[in-house]
Amino acid sequence: MTLTNVDVSAATAEPEAKAVEGRSQWQLTWRRLRSDKVSMIALVVIVIMVVLAIIAPVFASITGHAVNMAYPDTGENAVGNPVPPGTNGFWLGTDSTGRDLLVRILYGARISLFVGVVSTVIAATLGVAIGLMAGYFGGLIDTLLARFTDAVLAFPYVVLAIALAAVFGPSLTLIMIMITFFSWAGIARIVRGQTLSIKEKEYIEAARSLGAGPFRIMFIDILPNLMAPVLVISTLYIPNAIVFESTLSFLGLGIQPPTASWGNMLADASNFYQVAWWYLAFPALFLLLTTLGFNLLGDGIRDAMDPRTERLIAARRMLKRREKAAKQDLARAAVGPGPDPAIPDTVREPFGG
Amino acid sequence: MALFGYLVRRVLTGIVVVWLVSTLAFFLFFARPVMTVARELAGHAATPQVINEVISNLGLNRPIMTQYWSFLDNLFHGNLGYSYFTQEPVDSMLRQDLPPTVSLVVGGTILWLIVGFAVGIISATRARSLFDRTANVLVLIGLSMPVFVIGELLVWLVFQPLYSHGFTWINTGYAGPTSGLGPFFGHMLLPWITLAAVQAAVYTRLSRGQLLETLGEDYIRTARAKGLSERRVVFRHAMRAALTPVVSQLGVDVGQLLGGVVVVEVVFGLGGVGQVSVQAVYQDNLPVIIGFVIIAAVFVVIANIVVDLLYAALDPRVRIV
Repeated sequence: MTLTNVDVSAATAEPEAKAVEGRSQWQLTWRRLRSDKVSMIALVVIVIMVVLAIIAPVFASITGHAVNMAYPDTGENAVGNPVPPGTNGFWLGTDSTGRDLLVRILYGARISLFVGVVSTVIAATLGVAIGLMAGYFGGLIDTLLARFTDAVLAFPYVVLAIALAAVFGPSLTLIMIMITFFSWAGIARIVRGQTLSIKEKEYIEAARSLGAGPFRIMFIDILPNLMAPVLVISTLYIPNAIVFESTLSFLGLGIQPPTASWGNMLADASNFYQVAWWYLAFPALFLLLTTLGFNLLGDGIRDAMDPRTERLIAARRMLKRREKAAKQDLARAAVGPGPDPAIPDTVREPFGG
Repeated sequence: MALFGYLVRRVLTGIVVVWLVSTLAFFLFFARPVMTVARELAGHAATPQVINEVISNLGLNRPIMTQYWSFLDNLFHGNLGYSYFTQEPVDSMLRQDLPPTVSLVVGGTILWLIVGFAVGIISATRARSLFDRTANVLVLIGLSMPVFVIGELLVWLVFQPLYSHGFTWINTGYAGPTSGLGPFFGHMLLPWITLAAVQAAVYTRLSRGQLLETLGEDYIRTARAKGLSERRVVFRHAMRAALTPVVSQLGVDVGQLLGGVVVVEVVFGLGGVGQVSVQAVYQDNLPVIIGFVIIAAVFVVIANIVVDLLYAALDPRVRIV
């Protein structure tokens, strides 16, 4: 990063551009991202969700309701059904056994975010390492990677989940292993493609002629330039991991009650939607907000990292100043080529639903 | 003739794949201690003698290769073994549960493809219009929602209010086509919508992106410059080139579709193959799960052959031989 962006641009820039401060790609991306309202809202939603998940025990102590504790006296009505939001100090009501819904949702957020983030980080690390080697060395690793990715992408993952849950018994570890297993290949494939193009650049040639070994080149010279696509793709894998976990928990093959997870809460809620709409609505809302937040943020980062987006924004500003003539320019700019092909428009990975 | 040879080759590789998958499933399941199953079957108070008897009744005390051989032999004769609990043959069990699953897959896929491609094409030809923006938002929501949440929301917000007001055509559970087309569609409508929703979101995005890219090509400008109508340009010139890559994606998504099928069957209580297999997991009913894995493998193999044929029909550059 140090060599590629700031120094070179300063050296080759026009005289009048010298007054402009040199910015790294990260700074440029962040500036563009900040001007995008949707991405910022998504980021705020995610941050709030993470904070809520971290301070879940605080809510438990404020309300005085433990996460796995049933309160049959205050949390259930005369016929033993859940009580609605705002009753007896249950801010979002109670669930089918008289437990505090809000506290359980927040503890469920911990599971979802933990599974989503941790398994994606592991998958990204694996994917980057293998993708780098496949792209840099080519040959057998490359062929194996291609075959494996094809096989994994076509694999019915719920079927495998059913089989593995039957053999090993459902557990958090099993879910995370499965998510990692299905995710790393997609990340590796993108890293491989990027590595192929970067390794032909002159600065890599320069590094090699200075006597740098393959691992130095891969991890010190190439890797920093891969961080952008890896970041985008990882952001888009997190919601898929969250959906996967909640789906398995919904089917009873994931997190087992009484441990709170959005999936197993929604499974139980489906028996009570006629008497307790809140039991279904609130976990669904939290789940949707989280996955939507990550998806929107991922899309936003991708747009912000695409240099063509800058032109789109510029065209929009022009539109405000000038009138009809500029409008046609915008139409042309807007229907221009799609985003960077290195970062596919729709991430194809096995956790769509 | 060439097509016939190709089909034979594909079917033979397909059989090898199914054999590999079933072998894997078989050995995976026998990596587990036999005692757990036997103890559960015999009940908690069972004496060791009873447990041993159960094991020998199930044939689980034979050497593993003998068991594998009889498993293959049975499989070859279309026998998938017997349920541990009801002693029912697994193949007839699964055959009974197949109609809801097949109805769901066929109807859901038709809806998925029609909606996905249609919305994608309209969005691309009217980029940045109100329709396009609305579709984009819906696609994002569709991509972010798990299948089961869509299903539960439909039950809660559509089925329940209608049903309680006496409009009972839309229903949950399964009613076969033999019970009349009206009830059949009424029972399948919400499951179809649920299954199609997520997949359609992905395809709307894909086909929109592809078509937009194609519409920017030089040969499209040439076609327009010739004075062809916009309809002809889009449907004759752009569509085929744009949508062929999307079709090649279909083979990959068949596996995903199966996952959705399992979830939709559970949400709407359709009682298909998927729902029965999930229940089999709770009961440790291994033969049923092995049967399900094999059926899933057969389904994926067949669907991939169909997609490849379709692809070859669409893309003149692809020659099957």
